[in-house]
Amino acid sequence: MKSVPVFDVLVIGAGVVGAAIARELSRYKLSIAVLEKEEEPAFGVSKSNSGIIHPGTQNPAGSLKGRLCLEGNILIREISRELGLDFKEAGELIVAFTQDEIQRLLTIKSEAETLGVPGLKIVDMAWLRENEPNLNPEAIAALYAPSAGVISPYRLVYALCENALKNGAEFYTQTKVENIIFTKPGFEIQTSKGMFKARYVINAAGLYADETSAMVGINDFRIAPRKGQEFILDNKKENLTNHLIFPLPSKVSKGILVIKTADGNPMIGPTAEEVEDKEDFSTTEEGLKKVFEGARKLVPSISQDDIIAYFSGLRPASGDDFIIRYEDKAPGFINVAGIQSPGLTAAPAIAKMVCGILREKGLQLEKKEDFICEREKPIHLFNISLSETEKLIKQDAGYGDIVCRCEMVSAKEVQDAITAGARTMDGIKFRTRAQSGRCHGSFCTTRLMKILSEKTKTPLTAITKSGKGSEIVKGERVSL
Amino acid sequence: MCEKDLVIVGAGPAGMAAAISAYESGVRDILLLERDQYLGGILNQCIHTGFGLTYFKENLTGPEYAHRFIKKINAIKEIEVSLKSFAVHLTNENVLTYIKPGALEKIKAKAVIMATGARERTREMVHIPGTRPAGIFSAGLAQKLINIEGLLPGREVVIIGSGDIGLIMARRFILEGAKVKAVIEIQKQSRGLTRNVVQCVEDFGVPFYLSHRIAKIHGKNRVEKVDVVRVDEHLHEVADSMFSIECDTVLISVGLIPENELIEMAGAVIDKKTNTPVAQEINKTSIPGLFVCGNSFKIYDLVDSVSKDSIHAGYQAAEYIRGLG
Ligand SMILES: Cc1cc2nc3c(=O)[nH]c(=O)nc-3n(C[C@H](O)[C@H](O)[C@H](O)COP(=O)(O)OP(=O)(O)OC[C@H]3O[C@@H](n4cnc5c(N)ncnc54)[C@H](O)[C@@H]3O)c2cc1C
Ligand SMILES: Cc1cc2nc3c(=O)[nH]c(=O)nc-3n(C[C@H](O)[C@H](O)[C@H](O)COP(=O)(O)OP(=O)(O)OC[C@H]3O[C@@H](n4cnc5c(N)ncnc54)[C@H](O)[C@@H]3O)c2cc1C
Repeated sequence: MKSVPVFDVLVIGAGVVGAAIARELSRYKLSIAVLEKEEEPAFGVSKSNSGIIHPGTQNPAGSLKGRLCLEGNILIREISRELGLDFKEAGELIVAFTQDEIQRLLTIKSEAETLGVPGLKIVDMAWLRENEPNLNPEAIAALYAPSAGVISPYRLVYALCENALKNGAEFYTQTKVENIIFTKPGFEIQTSKGMFKARYVINAAGLYADETSAMVGINDFRIAPRKGQEFILDNKKENLTNHLIFPLPSKVSKGILVIKTADGNPMIGPTAEEVEDKEDFSTTEEGLKKVFEGARKLVPSISQDDIIAYFSGLRPASGDDFIIRYEDKAPGFINVAGIQSPGLTAAPAIAKMVCGILREKGLQLEKKEDFICEREKPIHLFNISLSETEKLIKQDAGYGDIVCRCEMVSAKEVQDAITAGARTMDGIKFRTRAQSGRCHGSFCTTRLMKILSEKTKTPLTAITKSGKGSEIVKGERVSL
Repeated sequence: MCEKDLVIVGAGPAGMAAAISAYESGVRDILLLERDQYLGGILNQCIHTGFGLTYFKENLTGPEYAHRFIKKINAIKEIEVSLKSFAVHLTNENVLTYIKPGALEKIKAKAVIMATGARERTREMVHIPGTRPAGIFSAGLAQKLINIEGLLPGREVVIIGSGDIGLIMARRFILEGAKVKAVIEIQKQSRGLTRNVVQCVEDFGVPFYLSHRIAKIHGKNRVEKVDVVRVDEHLHEVADSMFSIECDTVLISVGLIPENELIEMAGAVIDKKTNTPVAQEINKTSIPGLFVCGNSFKIYDLVDSVSKDSIHAGYQAAEYIRGLG
């Protein structure tokens, strides 16, 4: 029988949390495996969220998520620089419409200041008129948090994965963890792609973290999905708002927001709905209604005609806070569960915390001298000037071969995305934006399929949207 | 930056007719840009007949109709054709930037005619709730997959909307051995031409649900079924009228929108509802020397009318250039 290697650390899940942990661990002399059930990383919760790097406001004082959010907000800046990501520090405004609401703003402000959120101030009506002209004129004040920003959530995950891979971490996609056997010490991990062995297992399985945890007998928490529907508007409306606009938060969520994504599209949402099914990614008419009501309260000129896309995401919530702990009942197993919002923001801080736990529990963390902290910034024509584009086209004619008309994506960018790991149409979309504009891929789908087919030597009929079972076409044409 | 008398963007029937007409009206320095690798525009994928009945008094296929213009274009050496050339920027002084493999070019033109055609309205624009699996196509994309790429997008198809492209695709799918389970139209009447309703749907016995609306798309990886409801005259859902149809494919055929992002970028006044230029006269815009023709000026049912109006645009541009002296 072939002997199975024993990894020092095995991470379940290649969402933002698993990816951040893998990248952080790859600084050290360790053997690392990341197992992901989907065809590509970032196909779980981490692909469908608001992409906000929260400043740390709106978290209960003393909460784990509050602390990690604040830390993550600082760490993300360095990560963006190192990994060539566009982090935009847009600043956030929590808007008040009544005197009572101003009182609540003051409470939020003082709680957040205790936590250490920097630069907070209350701005008045005149400031709002000047800086946010499309805001509802009935707004009388707002809490301004300058350190809030936006990032492309999936490109963050891809950057973390690519850098971890470069530093020796191994990624196994389409590899679903089915059972875990505690071998005292260490673990045998049974998957859809065979058996893995590891000394330490980190459970970052998002919505399924309760199920994977139960595999080692830890079943004292349950992940209760909370759905959020979001609506993306045409980037023609990119000047709708200048900041991330929030209403006052409710108990369960931050409310319906009006933001601008890192790629420049206005986005409104999310709803907060408790659902049973972990695969219920449907959007509904009620959701649409609720989101527009909420968004129009903040920015009245928002119109349904500007919708170009919508999606729903599920927050993997378990109680009110994150669950990040070493399981003494299954020594070597660390749960990183219940990573609801602000999980995207907190991920880099979670990764550092997990490393700390591992060190404390006896794993030797010895720094690699040859750790590569940087990643070359991928080129996106949509966010550079035409004169820069001109230079690139001279270097490589492929930049002049435009594939996606709405978002101006070239064949070269698509090829680079495939080289970096894209294997599906969604993978190409998340990396390049091709298919994410106003025509929704009507124009570029066939060309993208052909590039993907050629580069990966896959027949056109086997090209999928997001993995097996989602083939784009049903077969070849057979003339009758 | 080089200079040109006339630059035409888009070489579908509109752009080609405008180029020929401008030449015939005396313009001798014409550049025709087309982002695709061939001339003809959307006609290349319309392999059915029904084109040219008024313009040529003949019943032609789309490619045959286009070919009559392509032959002419190729015979006129003063019309410079640049394929795989994608116009990306336009100013209110008719400075146009385009990209092609290996080059980015900037041109100052005396006049510009935009003949960029139309794009299809999407599922998102009509807010169809549900999931977003594989198997949802715009009708035009399905047409391209079958007619140009030789692929079969699906086997059990429901068509949303009764625009001409959707109707034509109903017949196309049936001829390819697929099953078309329904055409669903929210209005009381078909949006498409009567001849297409008869020849593409009724003749094949496809269930045609007028005053019905799709309420939800189901399916995780691939479309599995759709929910359909009946609507009253105010287009409101009729209670308890919901039923489901199993299918693996949903085609969206809910109309076309003129593609006018470039003239909008240049600052021309645009009607937000129709995405067409607002101007005093046909084929003109609020910017002097900037003309629009074909489906980007307004959605025409018949290509014959596209050709006719585009000839007018070519003539207008020639007049304008002559006026500059
Ligand atoms: C609508 C919405 C808006 C949000 N907005 C924000 C925001 O603006 N800012 C912010 O900071 N946070 C936000 N969040 C929260 C944020 O998206 C999440 O906290 C974060 O993405 C969680 O990442 P994760 O890696 O834990 O989960 P995931 O991304 O789901 O990763 C888990 C991975 O594990 C894989 N997996 C599961 N089971 C198995 C198995 N058995 N074997 C192998 N692999 C498995 C999954 O396929 C998945 O890829 C939002 C969330 C939602 C839903
Ligand atoms: C599926 C379908 C079926 C039809 N059936 C019939 C029928 O049976 N009978 C009938 O008479 N009519 C029919 N029509 C209508 C007819 O085909 C159209 O009205 C006609 O093709 C429109 O011509 P156009 O030149 O305006 O647009 P298009 O043919 O769309 O041409 C526009 C051209 O501009 C190019 N372009 C766009 N933007 C740029 C840019 N930025 N840079 C460079 N190039 C650009 C495009 O690549 C394209 O080649 C049908 C149309 C469709 C879509």
